[in-house]
Amino acid sequence: MPFQPVKFYQTGTFTVGNRLLEPEVRSVQANMQRTNSLNSGHRACQGCGEALGARYAIDAAMNASNRQLIAANATGCLEVFSTPYPETSWQIPWLHSLFGNTAAVATGIAAAMRAKGRRDVRVIAQGGDGGTTDIGFGCLSGMFERNDDVLYICYDNEAYMNTGVQRSSATPPAARTATTMPVGPEPGNVFGQGKNLPQIAMAHNIPYVATATVADLHDLEYKVKKAIGIRGAKYIHIYVPCPLGWGAASHDTIKLARLVKESGLFPVYEAEHGVVTSVSRIRKRVPVEDYLRLQRRFAHLFGKVPAVATIARIQAMADQNIRKFGLLEEGTHS
Amino acid sequence: MSLKQCEGSRAVAEAVALCRPEVICAYPISPQTHIVEALGEMVKSGELQPCEFINVESEFAAMSVAIGASAAGARAYTATASQGLLFMVEAVYNAAGLGLPIVMTVANRAIGAPINIWNDHSDSMSQRDCGWIQLFAETNQEALDLHIQAFRLGEELSLPVMVCMDGFILTHAYERVDMPTQEQVDAFLPPFVPRQVLDPDEPVSIGAMVGPEAFTEVRYLAHAKQMQALELIPQQAAEFRKIFARDSGGLVRPYRCEDAETIVVALGSVLGTIKDVVDEMRAEGHRIGVLGVVSFRPFPLAAVRDALQAARRVVVLEKSLAVGIGGIVSTDVRMALSGLPLPTRTVIAGLGGRAITKASLHKLLRQAQQDELEQLTFLDLDGKLIERHLLREKQMRRSGPLAENILRDVGVVAARIA
Ligand SMILES: Cc1ncc(C[n+]2csc(CCOP(=O)(O)OP(=O)(O)O)c2C)c(N)n1
Ligand code: SF4
Ligand SMILES: [Mg+2]
Repeated sequence: MPFQPVKFYQTGTFTVGNRLLEPEVRSVQANMQRTNSLNSGHRACQGCGEALGARYAIDAAMNASNRQLIAANATGCLEVFSTPYPETSWQIPWLHSLFGNTAAVATGIAAAMRAKGRRDVRVIAQGGDGGTTDIGFGCLSGMFERNDDVLYICYDNEAYMNTGVQRSSATPPAARTATTMPVGPEPGNVFGQGKNLPQIAMAHNIPYVATATVADLHDLEYKVKKAIGIRGAKYIHIYVPCPLGWGAASHDTIKLARLVKESGLFPVYEAEHGVVTSVSRIRKRVPVEDYLRLQRRFAHLFGKVPAVATIARIQAMADQNIRKFGLLEEGTHS
Repeated sequence: MSLKQCEGSRAVAEAVALCRPEVICAYPISPQTHIVEALGEMVKSGELQPCEFINVESEFAAMSVAIGASAAGARAYTATASQGLLFMVEAVYNAAGLGLPIVMTVANRAIGAPINIWNDHSDSMSQRDCGWIQLFAETNQEALDLHIQAFRLGEELSLPVMVCMDGFILTHAYERVDMPTQEQVDAFLPPFVPRQVLDPDEPVSIGAMVGPEAFTEVRYLAHAKQMQALELIPQQAAEFRKIFARDSGGLVRPYRCEDAETIVVALGSVLGTIKDVVDEMRAEGHRIGVLGVVSFRPFPLAAVRDALQAARRVVVLEKSLAVGIGGIVSTDVRMALSGLPLPTRTVIAGLGGRAITKASLHKLLRQAQQDELEQLTFLDLDGKLIERHLLREKQMRRSGPLAENILRDVGVVAARIA
């Protein structure tokens, strides 16, 4: 096919520059041979970060696996919006079994491929934060512990969206959900201990763990491609804004994904065998308030009497991430 | 074929290995353990290959791994029992709904609370509506044979198959079995050609959401497939006989039912004891027979009706209890007999490993012959113990934990059993 200059150009994101780059370093998404693994026509909400993240990730995985890819998918928005019978958006072999067993289903697929001598076929398991950090946690940990040859991707939109925005263990403190309403003396979700899945994955010493957001396409694709090339258990945790569940504007999906990283609330990094190997530095630090204000799930923090103390606590979480991961330091940038 | 004396679990493990499974996943629970331990060793030593043996972190994962493996075109096997079967229930239904021909041994065991490791049929009976085919083995030989039939049956219909064998009574019993040769099994069981498979060269989506517009049809087809199994099971048993030169499987197995006035219906290993009692009673002139049900799902309504309709009464002896109504098997038997003036009595026996003795059966079946059995009988129920407990509850609101109180009343006997 003759070379066509890419005309696509997005402002305010790190995807900028595709058309300025050499073709070989352009993103998979900018490639006209991209597989559109999650094809158009699905029923995600406008601006759905999960749909975007899944398309980026699976196209990159298809690219890296030479199109020899099988995916298992947990119940959740991604599953429901992509496969309303008799339609499917998936251009890859794809299996939905249950909400809480996706990692184990993928283990089974990988075992079948091993038994059949198909080392070329790569296996992905994917699900939302609920399917990953809560109900699917046991199967996920088992898959990690056995070091099964599976890449697990969690699309984290910080709540059970498919059932109507209920709290999951990935829901941040103070956030309004249908089960953590902004009422009473401590409105919104509690300040719990958190359940940091990437860190828990690292504690399993698996070969590869990474976090990413839909705001940095190159970084996300790089991590997926790298993971596909590694044998053993891999985990990628992708931060995916949900306009509907968060009460955010559809056009702010990328912006929120950028702000969550630039504030320090969501550290973006890679780890191999339990050790952090690279960190995406904050380019232009922003206060958490800039991030929180764009979402109605935090609106109660900015009422007539702003919840200064609560906002400060959230800022402290971001500051702690910045210290812990060296998000501002020179020389740690991947 | 070679005769060998071995444990039931070992026999089943060897039979499964002869079926060339490609993925085996296991989570330990008594009395299933010896089966998967033996298979694990065969895979690890290289004796069974190519095959992946996965030690999973729960039964839910075991069934889920089997689902993934089967959907990817591998012949998949697992085994469980009791609490383990309940722990995997969501995935058990899912495997059936997806039409994945996984074979699973259920080493039948009671369900708690109170926790109890001994045999009854409560576990697999709880899954009677899940869409799996359920076959019950009477002997170790049959357990071995049914596994070979199960893979072929399931793969032919694209349905999962549960082979139920009595925990301990069969799994841990040493018996002589005819172990088939690899050639025989290969002649009977062709390689697995899935109807649907996850293949990068021909991508399909499996497990889509279905709404009211087609859900009934999808469920109807699940039922229709089981009706097909009613035809296929006897055919396969006949073919099995040709290759292996013995009778195994089929839908039902009548024994001395010809002119019987009383026919006892039962499943599994207890059939052996009942047959002994029937022989002894026949010798005394009683017209009595037994009907063994091999295929519980699909339930062979016509075959059961045929076998029973000439009798004067039917006694269903079952190792499970539908709390709040009585029997499970007997409900199905009554349906098979609907319209016939044939009184059917339910006997709940052998719960949690309670021995079903010949003496108790003699007494029971003599009562049956006299039409003295009540609608629902609990064999060897200790009435005094029940009375004591009921009295205690009546006298004292905070009478304490039920199981513990009863055990204290039983005293040394319980200690001896444990
Ligand atoms: C065993 C079980 N429990 C509950 C549900 C209901 N359920 C389906 S999807 C879902 C929420 C999914 O949340 P998440 O995994 O975060 O994915 P999202 O929809 O947010 O992308 C829930 C609770 C289910 N399908 N199965
Ligand atoms: S509810 Fe959220 S996650 Fe679900 S489709 Fe809509 S935007 Fe996407
Ligand atoms: Mg979610």
